[in-house]
Amino acid sequence: MNARLRWRKFVSGFMLSMTGVCAFIAVSVLFFILGYLVYHGGTSVNWNFFTKLPAPVGESGGGMANAIVGSAKLLALATLIGVPIGFFGAIYLAEFSGSAVAFVVRYAADLLNGVPSIVIGIFAYALVVLPVKHFSTLAGGFALGLMMIPITLRSTEEFLLAVPNALREAAMALGASKWKTIATVIVPAAYRGILTAVLLAFARVAGETAPLLFTAFGNRFWSPGWGQPTASLPVMIFTYAIAPYEDWHRQAWAAGLVLLGLILVINIVARAILARGIAVPRT
Amino acid sequence: MAPSAGPVSGSRSLLSRLREGDEIARIITFLFAASVVLITLLLVYDLWQDSVLPRHKFGFHFFVTSVWDPIFDQFGALPFIYGTLVTAGVSLLLAVPLGLGAAIFLAELAPARVSDTLEFFIDLLAAVPSVIYGLLGVFIVVPLMREYIQPGLKKTLGFLPLFSGPGYGVGFLTAGIVLAIMVIPYIISVSREVLLSVPRDQREAALGLGATRWESTWRVVVPFARTGIMGSIFLALARALGETMAVTMVIGNTPTISASLFSPGYSIAAVIANEFTEATGDLYLQSLIELGLVLFLLTFILNGLARILIIVTSQRGSGVGHA
Repeated sequence: MNARLRWRKFVSGFMLSMTGVCAFIAVSVLFFILGYLVYHGGTSVNWNFFTKLPAPVGESGGGMANAIVGSAKLLALATLIGVPIGFFGAIYLAEFSGSAVAFVVRYAADLLNGVPSIVIGIFAYALVVLPVKHFSTLAGGFALGLMMIPITLRSTEEFLLAVPNALREAAMALGASKWKTIATVIVPAAYRGILTAVLLAFARVAGETAPLLFTAFGNRFWSPGWGQPTASLPVMIFTYAIAPYEDWHRQAWAAGLVLLGLILVINIVARAILARGIAVPRT
Repeated sequence: MAPSAGPVSGSRSLLSRLREGDEIARIITFLFAASVVLITLLLVYDLWQDSVLPRHKFGFHFFVTSVWDPIFDQFGALPFIYGTLVTAGVSLLLAVPLGLGAAIFLAELAPARVSDTLEFFIDLLAAVPSVIYGLLGVFIVVPLMREYIQPGLKKTLGFLPLFSGPGYGVGFLTAGIVLAIMVIPYIISVSREVLLSVPRDQREAALGLGATRWESTWRVVVPFARTGIMGSIFLALARALGETMAVTMVIGNTPTISASLFSPGYSIAAVIANEFTEATGDLYLQSLIELGLVLFLLTFILNGLARILIIVTSQRGSGVGHA
């Protein structure tokens, strides 16, 4: 083996092991983040955290009950807005539309998906906050709902298209009308995929902070109804992390742990649902 | 591709289709689909309409002046544009080699099971919300920068203007590093897919000619997939430009233009996040909205380019290979 060949083999081995190191570093970030959150926030995730209001500035203790309820309300509203539009829009794309209309809708959805979340916040502010002149749960939920639309729409469409055409033809050959075919054959056949899509969209917006800053704003108390500004977990993490109080930092870690735990669990569940379902083409 | 209504429903009369509900279902779902287009159009229109004041008053000067003074109603966006570009640039410099390396490992070396498992973790990493990255940025990266990395860089590379000046911990470099960590999963996921779509015979041909494993990967497979990899980089760049929370928490929030990466700065998304609720006066608010418009256009162009590049490569990958 001459020197040149040995050198080439060495370079090959070295560079390939470097790519392994890169992969290791990238994946270890996840465990590092999780570990750090558990280490710093684990002890602060207690009964008080889930049941108490934030303590007044300067006092220690308190919890984030209002932010947890606020986040739940915002996400419920977002799901109510994002999922129907995404779901029915996808049915139109996959089952009814011609290619020109489908192209326009897909293009709009992809564009919406790429809009930075802070710009979504500006849009929701102009559309919902400005006319009534105050921040509200409604505006925050609207902003998050907008972000759910393109994710739900595009993946639902893909799963609908993955349903074999033979199923459609079989249902229609039996005399079922088109909408009956969709409602009783196609959607049930694709439901795992659709559920996964909705869960992933939900998880994606659950951690969004930027669009809430000037729509849902924040609140140190309970926010009754839908017309008041409300606290939410992501915004609480932000305000607590940049505040100068030690006790707030502790709670920011706890909130981070709870939020990340929720998002990771939803992600894992969503993927598990899909893995057990019908095989679909990867995208 | 989409299975259309086709001859089955076409042969029936409108009346019978209405009675069976097909036409109603079609109209209702169409309304939902159309609303997506409507919302998107409304968003663009809104950004344009609500930034009319600064566009008329400052025109192009908005982008090239650096005075940001709400009291005297002078608004120039240069420091924010500069900060956005610099942090995104730094993040790509760090993320591209690391992300590409990891993608090569996942696509070329790792057995399918290992690769899929690691990809699962990478997908989870992509799901971590930006405020969490910000949280870790504030309490881990910033102190680390202040205590070790910035003094270290200063000692070794301090003669470069890039690494001069006092290190506060926060600043362009810190924001770039946090952004890099955030966009790496995107680069890995997309690049891995693109690399996997490179036809087998390309590798076999290179290995058959006596190339080492690395030479076949680096000289044949990666160049074959380069447009798609570029696509993943553009995608990451679009993410980095529009990223708000993590940057806001570590960039220092001072509108400065400085050659030093240690200097605290500001980014477009961060200034919107910080000042939007405090903006008094229409001109102030609309200047912030115009910044939002700039951000929108930047990401719009980059996302478009990314999509074209990724589609082109995956088509070439599956098309040419089997021809």
